[in-house]
Amino acid sequence: MLSGAAVLVVLGLMIGSTTLDSLPVFFSQGISFLTGTNWDPGASRTEITGTYQAWVFIYGTLVTSLIAIVIALPVAVGIALFLTEVAGHRLARPLIYMVELLAAVPSVIYGLWGLHFFAPVILKPPANAVSDALGFIPIFAGPVISFNFFFAGVVLAIMIIPIITALVREVFTAVPDTDRQAGFALGATRWEVMRSIVVPRSRPGIIGATMLGLGRALGETIAVALLIGGGTAINFSIFQQGETIAAKIVNTFQESTPEGIDALIALGVTLFAMTIVINVAARLIVRRLGDVSGEAVA
Amino acid sequence: MTTAHMPLRLTTGSGRRRARFSRFMTGVMAVAVLLALIPLLLIIGVTVAKGLPALNWEFLTSTFNHSRREAGGGYLHGLVGTLYMGGLAALMSIPMGIGAAIFLTEFPRHRLSGPVRFFSDVMTGVPSVFVGLFVYTILVRQIGFGTFVGALSLAIIMLPIVVRSSEEVLRLVPGELKRASYALGATQWQTVFGVALPTAAPGLITGSMLAVARALGETAPLVLTALAAQSVVIDFQGGGQTALPLLIFREARGAFEAGQQRAWAGALELMMLVLLLTVLARLVGRQSRYRG
Repeated sequence: MLSGAAVLVVLGLMIGSTTLDSLPVFFSQGISFLTGTNWDPGASRTEITGTYQAWVFIYGTLVTSLIAIVIALPVAVGIALFLTEVAGHRLARPLIYMVELLAAVPSVIYGLWGLHFFAPVILKPPANAVSDALGFIPIFAGPVISFNFFFAGVVLAIMIIPIITALVREVFTAVPDTDRQAGFALGATRWEVMRSIVVPRSRPGIIGATMLGLGRALGETIAVALLIGGGTAINFSIFQQGETIAAKIVNTFQESTPEGIDALIALGVTLFAMTIVINVAARLIVRRLGDVSGEAVA
Repeated sequence: MTTAHMPLRLTTGSGRRRARFSRFMTGVMAVAVLLALIPLLLIIGVTVAKGLPALNWEFLTSTFNHSRREAGGGYLHGLVGTLYMGGLAALMSIPMGIGAAIFLTEFPRHRLSGPVRFFSDVMTGVPSVFVGLFVYTILVRQIGFGTFVGALSLAIIMLPIVVRSSEEVLRLVPGELKRASYALGATQWQTVFGVALPTAAPGLITGSMLAVARALGETAPLVLTALAAQSVVIDFQGGGQTALPLLIFREARGAFEAGQQRAWAGALELMMLVLLLTVLARLVGRQSRYRG
């Protein structure tokens, strides 16, 4: 069947054509493309004359995604436990629906809302407090500026919570009721059943869900582009500005020279490689769970 | 089966203390739910509050081709572009996606079906900005920015979503129905088109509508393919196209109050469009007799 093969062809073309276009950049920069911090595009139409070193953007991508996962994972597992183990059907159904709605909101709206409301009004005061109290630790060093890793990470967390929740909830539901009843029969409290039976049995699913969430966070573009501020230096404080790979691409695409665009494509290939490794690993883990469809993750 | 190997770690201490701790942890989980619901309410609430004052008839029916710092005008060109590219993307990806899903359910043992299923899953995780770059390298460099290339990038984003959701519902079509059709002498294709597809139709529509909703909100691939337009564009290809998310993105970061006003109104318009599609999709899905 042709349509089936189309999926494979599209994915293959995707990898092939972008890699081909970015090869000159990779060859001219060598390993320093990944490790260097100097991004200085040249203006040539035919050859690579600038310096393209992407570590600043890779660093920004990793930091924002890490912040997002650290926040989203416990919240998502908490929500999933509440929905499957605590709330009855009556309460769980509308709640599930609402958490899913969170995933339906377009990313540009997250960006607009984060930039003009959530970050300045809700996040700034606690960020200032943390920076004042713990500012002697480099990652919390102030001053808190209006675009930073932390704001981008928190908004990313909100965006990936529904993805992780949906999958973790499915895994928790798959735990047989007899296991829970065995726990209760031994005198375990509800929390002890969750901690010693439900969560351990679901560990591979939780790991898979986390990695899918991480993959989404790495590639998220527009909301981050609006919140992270840009810049070409590595800042260790999470309250300072930075740049991610995806944000760099949409932020500079329009004013880029032809060779600059090739460099952006090379950035895209790097990002793609990062997400594909994580996604394939996550899918393999989730696939091994058998029954779980992961449909909600689409 | 595996539980036999798992030691049940009971907290030591009095039963009352353990029960209290259990209740405390339940409370912590309820807080986690609130942590997700509060942003949802805030994002809808703030968008409505800031967007509603500016979302008037003029906004819906006009464009702004004057200066960005002036108030007035609207996102008509964005709405047209969004619907135009969304419609084209749906035309490209839905038949293809349902076709692939039929392939997966009708030939589950085919050599290709394992890889197709696996890589559709993987494709849902491909960053949308990368899809934009891809379309840029294969088409935009040759034929320029425009409606068609924008729509194509949206179609690529929709494709795996349509495949996976359609496969899910096609697989729920009861085997007895299909066997009854075969018993009456129907061929495989008659069975697929006469029995399986109509039975699964509500689910197929739900999945497709959710995919469209997702595509309408995409911004990043359009930055690289549709680029921009100052007025309503009806050209199929060439010269650039715009969309609601693109206009919101551009004006959200602008320094001008008037532009931000329009961005909020556009956000409300886009959110209503997307949420309406999402809710409608769920309603259609509820009509289905065979669902998971």
